[in-house]
Amino acid sequence: MQSDIKRLSLILLFAPFALWILLLIILPHLGMVVLSLREKVAPRVYEFGFGNYIDFINEPIYWNTLLRTGSMSILVTILALLIGFPIAYYIAKIAGRRSRGALFLLCLIPLWVSDLIRAFGWILLLRETGVFSSFLQWSGMVSEPIEFLYNDVTVVMGLVYTVILFMIVPLVSTLDGMDDAMIEAGYNLGGNGYTVLRRIIVPYAMPGIVSGCIVVFMMTAGSYLTPILLGGKNSSWFTEQIYDQFITRFNWESGAAFGFLLLAFTSFVVWLGLKLSGQTLANTVAKS
Amino acid sequence: MTNAQDYDLECTNLMKHFGAVRAVDDVSFNIPKGSFFSILGPSGCGKTTLMRMIAGFENPTSGDIRIKGSSVLNTPPNKRNVKMVFQHLALFPMMNVYDNIAYGLKCNGVSAGEIETKVRDVLERIALPDVAKREIHQLSGGQKQRIAIARCMVLDPDVLLLDEPLGALDLKLREAMKIELKLLQHQFNTTFIYITHDQSEALVMSDHVAIMNNGKFEQIGKPEELYHKPDTAFVAGFVGDSNRWNGSVINMDAKQIKVETDTGLALVCQRNPNDGLSNGDAVNIFVRPEFIAAKKTKTKSSKDTQNTMSGAVDSILFNGANSRVLVRSDNGQLIEADIVVTGSASDLRSGDNVNMSWAHAQTMCFADKGEFDAK
Amino acid sequence: MANPNKNPAFMFGYRLYVAAFFIFLAAPLIAAGAFAFNDSLFPALPWQGFTLDWFFNDTEPKLGMFHDRRLLRGLYYSFIIGILVSTLSVFVGTTNAFLFVRGNFPAKNFFYILMILPLVIPGVILGISILVLASNMANGVEDRFNLELEFLRPGILLVVLGQFSFITTITSLVITARLKKFDYSMEEAALNLGASRIQVLRSVTLPFLRPAMIAAGIVGFLVSFENFNTTLFLVGSESPLTITMYDRMAKVGSTPVLNAVSFFLIVGSGLLALISVAVQRDPPS
Repeated sequence: MQSDIKRLSLILLFAPFALWILLLIILPHLGMVVLSLREKVAPRVYEFGFGNYIDFINEPIYWNTLLRTGSMSILVTILALLIGFPIAYYIAKIAGRRSRGALFLLCLIPLWVSDLIRAFGWILLLRETGVFSSFLQWSGMVSEPIEFLYNDVTVVMGLVYTVILFMIVPLVSTLDGMDDAMIEAGYNLGGNGYTVLRRIIVPYAMPGIVSGCIVVFMMTAGSYLTPILLGGKNSSWFTEQIYDQFITRFNWESGAAFGFLLLAFTSFVVWLGLKLSGQTLANTVAKS
Repeated sequence: MTNAQDYDLECTNLMKHFGAVRAVDDVSFNIPKGSFFSILGPSGCGKTTLMRMIAGFENPTSGDIRIKGSSVLNTPPNKRNVKMVFQHLALFPMMNVYDNIAYGLKCNGVSAGEIETKVRDVLERIALPDVAKREIHQLSGGQKQRIAIARCMVLDPDVLLLDEPLGALDLKLREAMKIELKLLQHQFNTTFIYITHDQSEALVMSDHVAIMNNGKFEQIGKPEELYHKPDTAFVAGFVGDSNRWNGSVINMDAKQIKVETDTGLALVCQRNPNDGLSNGDAVNIFVRPEFIAAKKTKTKSSKDTQNTMSGAVDSILFNGANSRVLVRSDNGQLIEADIVVTGSASDLRSGDNVNMSWAHAQTMCFADKGEFDAK
Repeated sequence: MANPNKNPAFMFGYRLYVAAFFIFLAAPLIAAGAFAFNDSLFPALPWQGFTLDWFFNDTEPKLGMFHDRRLLRGLYYSFIIGILVSTLSVFVGTTNAFLFVRGNFPAKNFFYILMILPLVIPGVILGISILVLASNMANGVEDRFNLELEFLRPGILLVVLGQFSFITTITSLVITARLKKFDYSMEEAALNLGASRIQVLRSVTLPFLRPAMIAAGIVGFLVSFENFNTTLFLVGSESPLTITMYDRMAKVGSTPVLNAVSFFLIVGSGLLALISVAVQRDPPS
């Protein structure tokens, strides 16, 4: 009796989970893979085959865009880590108790503002008629308006800006859980600032670092708005190709293949990162 | 002038203020080479701040700290040869036992071969030769304790600081570790400075104990001196159990003081020569339970050397060899006295009328500084 | 202070860096918000004076956001979608929390990883995969039964499902974290005092989870509201606000009415985020 109730409640709890994962995650992705393996041979006539993937390999623009997206995403991830870590350390370990909460809140609030608005803000600051350009002209440093938009540096900066809080937040929570005595013990036993950082703080924060990196990398590789708005038409971001295939050319088969390639590629990078750092998905992303 | 060779650690007129709070207030002491020194005090008395100054995590507001004769005020914490066992040990969870112990050696740039020998050696000395490859979470509480000490001792420190490291252990293990710590200290022959609020830890292990209260040292001495010859009311009340009365001085001579308690009892106390008391002063009077004899029959006691009091047994607190009787005296106060419970018919029973007596010499009297008013 | 390095020059530099970072963080938000009050037809310098026209004016060319039909419709749809998504995802998040904290079943770790997965799948891919599946189903039904299933075509339902698919992971994690902190003996105490299982759930366990459920709901609402990538592929004629704004930006270019919307959203989401943090904070004990 008792165990029947247990079993029943387990099934009742499992049902929504199973429906969600099966109908919205697994089946759609399978459907996407199946679709990507259909070749259009004539209008409304399809055949099973790898044609969409072969097209991808044969067209350098496609795979160059994917490689460019991947490498720029890695660059953004590294920059976000390097810029964000000192900030997270400051919030978790150096700021006084009261300012800590305030600083953390200051970090959280922009997190919930749409990418669109943040990119819009950057456009207003950086475009030819924007605030920076006007300011430089007004101050006499330059005589002509300057266009800061539509170059790779701006795209990388904008992406770092968009994702950095997703790096800082998990880092703050892991560093916050670290006993200050651990750092003091590091110094007490003879370590200097560098050895304490390298041997104690970074290894301790590793789950947070990896978690932040995974989320940031995936978000960057999958982002659409920031590269398009800040990079302009030729920002060559892979998600743009997917959009192009789906919406503009209405070539869903090839779009599905691109989607699968993006997913496979980013998953491979994440898997590689996990292997190299000796972490698992469960003890990093799930903990943050 | 002190001879630098005799003292591992000297603190002179050490002060630390946090805003208006004097966490450490003009503390001076010297610790002889190779001794076990405890700083005992209630929480918030400033002992942790004192220890953090010695380790270099806080800078003193004024005063000097000398280790082996030379001042370390300008030495950063990672360059001081003072190692510390933290309250929660602060073992590094992402390293195994070997790497924890090797950490300090690596920081000092010791060669890998030498690290290996030293780590093996120190593990041998703490009697845990086989745990090098274990992870920290696989160790028992007592093992963690010993690894934390080994991690410091492998660096051959001038002074080892221990910040209440036994606090997290359960009672049985704590008792065992007390003895073990004492043995380890003998074995390494290094000066240990042990911070605690637990008097039994301090008394059992230490060669010398400093009693700290409100940022000041009340008394420094051997454990038995603190117990039997306390200098202040605080020390008498804090170290060991005692019965306490509040009263005032009636009259006194060079050796004895006659006092009357607030409950109207006249007692004769041993005089502490430097107490600075005069007639009419408010005092605290202390008598330890083991010096009070509680008997059913009126024994002959000479009024010249004994204080006496009568009452009825309220309850028996049986605890084997440490059993006590709680007596309600005729004027209503509860008094604790040690008794021997043999299990025979002659034992005291609840309700028995008893007479209590104790020697004048065992009655301690100190100026009342208001430390016990709150209780 | 965990840093014994009290070198004042270093600490000064460090503080400067932190301050610079927060300026970097705030700059575009301030720019996006501030130009809403500039009395000019373009969101650019020079400053022409303060105005509230971009919020309340009812005539072109300075049509304020509260008189702009399409923006208001977008806001309305965003709101409806946000409410639906957050309600659904809090419900499933709660059952997931119970499933993974209390449940005991084979391959639990594997399923747990499945639960986290949607968080690391790029939103664009979630969008297209759901679009593909829904369209396949709709096409299949149409071919076989000659029935047009309108709800499987891009529209509000697909947008809700698409956002729900990954927001549920977020709500599950938030609620799971709270449930893990629950002291099991509280339930036992309630049972011991004679409460039934249902009563225990209603009177002890769910009230304990309530702060996390509210916070998860707010977070779900905010993420839904600001979502663009997934929504982009699933949107039908009822575009939510972010899509409407993007269209406006692409077609008309930046106009200060977009600044007004930005200001409104920054303040709104800031307040909601504050509330979500406040409800999760345990009362000081």
